[in-house]
Amino acid sequence: MADLTKKSLTEIVSLIKKKEIKSEEVTNLFIKNIENDKKLNSLITNCNEHAAKKAKNFDKNPKFDTLLPGIPIAVKDLFCTKGVKTTAGSKMLDNFIPNYESTITKNLWNEGAFLLGKLNCDEYAMGSSNETSFFGNVMNPVAENTVPGGSSGGSASALAADLTPTTIGTDTGGSIRQPASFTGTVGLKPTYGLCSRWGIVAFASSLDQAGPMTKTVEDCALMLEAMAGFDEKDSTSINKKKENYSKNLTSNIKGLKIGIPKEYRVDGMPKEIDKLWENGKKILKESGAEIIDISLPNTKYALPTYYIVAPAEASSNLARYDGVKYGFRSNKGTNLIEMYENTRSEGFGDEVKRRILIGTYVLSSGYYDAYYIKAQKVRQLIKDDFDDSFKKVDAILTPSTPSAAFKIGEKKNDPISMYLNDIFTVPVNLAGIPAISIPAGTDNNNYPLGLQLIGKTLDEQKLLNIAFAAEKKINFKQNLNRWWEK
Amino acid sequence: MVGKVMTKEKRKYLIEGEKGKWEVVIGLEVHAQVSSNSKLFSGSSTKFGAEPNTQVSLVDSAFPGMLPVINEFCIQQAIKTGLGLNAKINSYSVFDRKNYFYADLPQGYQISQYKNPIVGEGKITLDLPNGTKTIGIERLHLEQDAGKSIHDLDPSNTYVDLNRSGVALMEIVSKPDLSSPDEVNAYIKKLRSIMRYLGTCDGNMQEGSLRADVNVSVRKEGNKELGTRCEIKNVNSIKFMQMAIIYEAQRQVELLESGKSIDQETRLFDTKKNETRSMRSKEDAHDYRYFPDPDLLPLNLDKELIENIKKNLPELPDQKKERFIKDYSLTAYEANVLVSEKEISYYFEEVVKTSDIKLAKNWIMGDLFASLNEKNISISQSPVTAKKMAQLVDSISSGIVSGRTAKEVFEIMKESGEEPSKIIESKGLQQKSDPKELEQIIEKILTENKDKVEQYKSGKDKLFGFFVGQVMKISGGKANPQLANQILKDKLKK
Repeated sequence: MADLTKKSLTEIVSLIKKKEIKSEEVTNLFIKNIENDKKLNSLITNCNEHAAKKAKNFDKNPKFDTLLPGIPIAVKDLFCTKGVKTTAGSKMLDNFIPNYESTITKNLWNEGAFLLGKLNCDEYAMGSSNETSFFGNVMNPVAENTVPGGSSGGSASALAADLTPTTIGTDTGGSIRQPASFTGTVGLKPTYGLCSRWGIVAFASSLDQAGPMTKTVEDCALMLEAMAGFDEKDSTSINKKKENYSKNLTSNIKGLKIGIPKEYRVDGMPKEIDKLWENGKKILKESGAEIIDISLPNTKYALPTYYIVAPAEASSNLARYDGVKYGFRSNKGTNLIEMYENTRSEGFGDEVKRRILIGTYVLSSGYYDAYYIKAQKVRQLIKDDFDDSFKKVDAILTPSTPSAAFKIGEKKNDPISMYLNDIFTVPVNLAGIPAISIPAGTDNNNYPLGLQLIGKTLDEQKLLNIAFAAEKKINFKQNLNRWWEK
Repeated sequence: MVGKVMTKEKRKYLIEGEKGKWEVVIGLEVHAQVSSNSKLFSGSSTKFGAEPNTQVSLVDSAFPGMLPVINEFCIQQAIKTGLGLNAKINSYSVFDRKNYFYADLPQGYQISQYKNPIVGEGKITLDLPNGTKTIGIERLHLEQDAGKSIHDLDPSNTYVDLNRSGVALMEIVSKPDLSSPDEVNAYIKKLRSIMRYLGTCDGNMQEGSLRADVNVSVRKEGNKELGTRCEIKNVNSIKFMQMAIIYEAQRQVELLESGKSIDQETRLFDTKKNETRSMRSKEDAHDYRYFPDPDLLPLNLDKELIENIKKNLPELPDQKKERFIKDYSLTAYEANVLVSEKEISYYFEEVVKTSDIKLAKNWIMGDLFASLNEKNISISQSPVTAKKMAQLVDSISSGIVSGRTAKEVFEIMKESGEEPSKIIESKGLQQKSDPKELEQIIEKILTENKDKVEQYKSGKDKLFGFFVGQVMKISGGKANPQLANQILKDKLKK
């Protein structure tokens, strides 16, 4: 059998269900790939032994009536996993072992999957290149010394490099879709509230949303089905019936209307991106969809709005990392204030500090109205833009990112240019709506590029269907020379 | 007419300065612990007195990824309290984060309500010696309590107990309508009484269920403008509140009279030294960076829920007072005393269900209260239960014992809790109420004192007392006085 680890999740599930392969066989193959992770650095913690044991147990007493029978899955190290170190990519939590399991990972394990490893990410999910992790850069399997995107960079890298058959990330401003785009994989940010936030280390509570990262759209539907669901432990969780995304997946999108927002054509955008977008339109048209020009006039305010709202919430969410209860505590200092200062100075990296400072500033008295309140108002306008558009169209097509993967270090010292990476993804988080990135082509360097489809609230099925149709026509082929194994 | 003394006779609390008289203006921010088995945003127990850090969930200790979920019972308790304060219930309210660092604040923020509290303006009526006064309520909001830092267990370390962390508090903010330590006393007691009637706060100040930040300012008598205030933080008894106000008002008067100004600041009351001390100035005041908690949706209350709670409200002190005056012909003062605590009102009604109202109220407000004060216990702890009190009252009204003997019986009851009938029987304290028996005694006295009978009949009325005394002497004090009088009068007429 051809290398199982290159197969899609759906294929592996089907082979296991048909008893053609055993969980142990698959799991060992992924563990073997993980052992070659050194250069990629996509893992923070490997759970090889745990996974091998779980696989064996599964095979002894297999249950096939689940969505993910005997499937090993490595997850972003932002999901708290019971008994397994959970770091959020930070020195602050380098020694933190939760005694509880996040709702999302628990949902996966309830569907027959088990933990394969904890994946590297930007510190507290703050970053677009996975260069802010305390555990070092992650490399993009696409090319040595290129970034995998971020913050779910480890997830994207491990998935693209066949270290895990599927993975999960979190997306606060593009942290699933941008790395998916950079690595030629599929990434979905669901509607805010569709996937529980309970047990996920918080970055910006009103924006954070977990989602699947997969090799195919079909896999994505399957994973979303396993993850989504109401959770009474999360007050922002949406109470609705579970959907069968994979069963209802269809590439028949005849008659659907696809909006093309003119504001997403930004100055200085590479020609390849334009070409990619044009091709996307053409393909959807061929599939029977109608292309309609639309306007999202407040798009230009999305990035500044995001960089007020997200840091504001983060500055408060990260206050709990103070050295008192768990995690890192500096041994310097002679009183409480000094302990706080030293702990947080030594425990947080520069990007996290930058955002805490921004957030503290925009919430402080005298600035609150000018920044935070205004940002909330603009956020509503951005949401209104989408609501208006969805009266006319079923989904919106845009590029996922303004560029392909860049070199490590290229933007590290220029936060603004780094933040600009999220220009197409951020509005979606502000509006709380779902969006998916699918691989759609390559740039001059042969680095993958993604197209983003944006849907209305809880319209994941339609998004997946359109993505499914596009995926078939685009027929993107991942072509990696597996440099990291050499 | 909020904030005005309603009676014509005003007896104002004034501070005599060297340069004139000063009024004191007081506003209170009362922190009342919501009576609830579990915390505001977690399922942990709120029981008082548990071993440190045994009632702490992952949410209370702010572990990564933990989220608050509102305890609906606490919401209902806040609504109930709001209704008890005649206040507006806001159908839309928001939970905000109040950000500051402290070791006993695990999240690094307190979840509170800032711009949109659950309860808006209301009022409380105080019964003061010279009339009633209405005190305005500014707002009531829900918030989490912090944990407890313990600094005196170890010379160099601070210990933290998170049992209180996340416990639901209601912050009840009054308008600056209070103008004396006595009014503060009346206000706290009335507020506590209302919450106890409602079952929304046990008001136990020793356990910290009720504490207050006291805002004090002074102004020249008759001046309408408010002076600069100081806030005295976290005072946990009425006595300390009063002491702090007296000290603080005096301090402010002295400052102002010596030409200095008051700094708006937060102060602490040192109960040992009986003085307030500066804690932090306005410049050093925390910037709490309030913003809506993104982990919680705004609270939208159903009209139906509010109406339902309203319908099921128990009778509150003010209503009960009106009813007592009407049903039991009590004076306003008596009614006030008897409704001041829910348990007292229950006790009173239990006794008068079967027994004479006038006797009952006098015994309760007289001997019973004296014994409670003497022993420093509450009415529910009294060995003299309502049933036993009713028995005692009945034995007086049915003539089994005299009022005087009843006091003797009560002295025993208040110590032993014994039933009055048993005490009367075992000590042979029953009155002689048999007319034949008394007639025999009286006949004997009259025969033995013929000279005195003559003198009486010839007009020496005062001798009647002598005959009564003789009856009592011979009966060992047990003769029913009314009956003895009656028989004596009849016999002496003849």
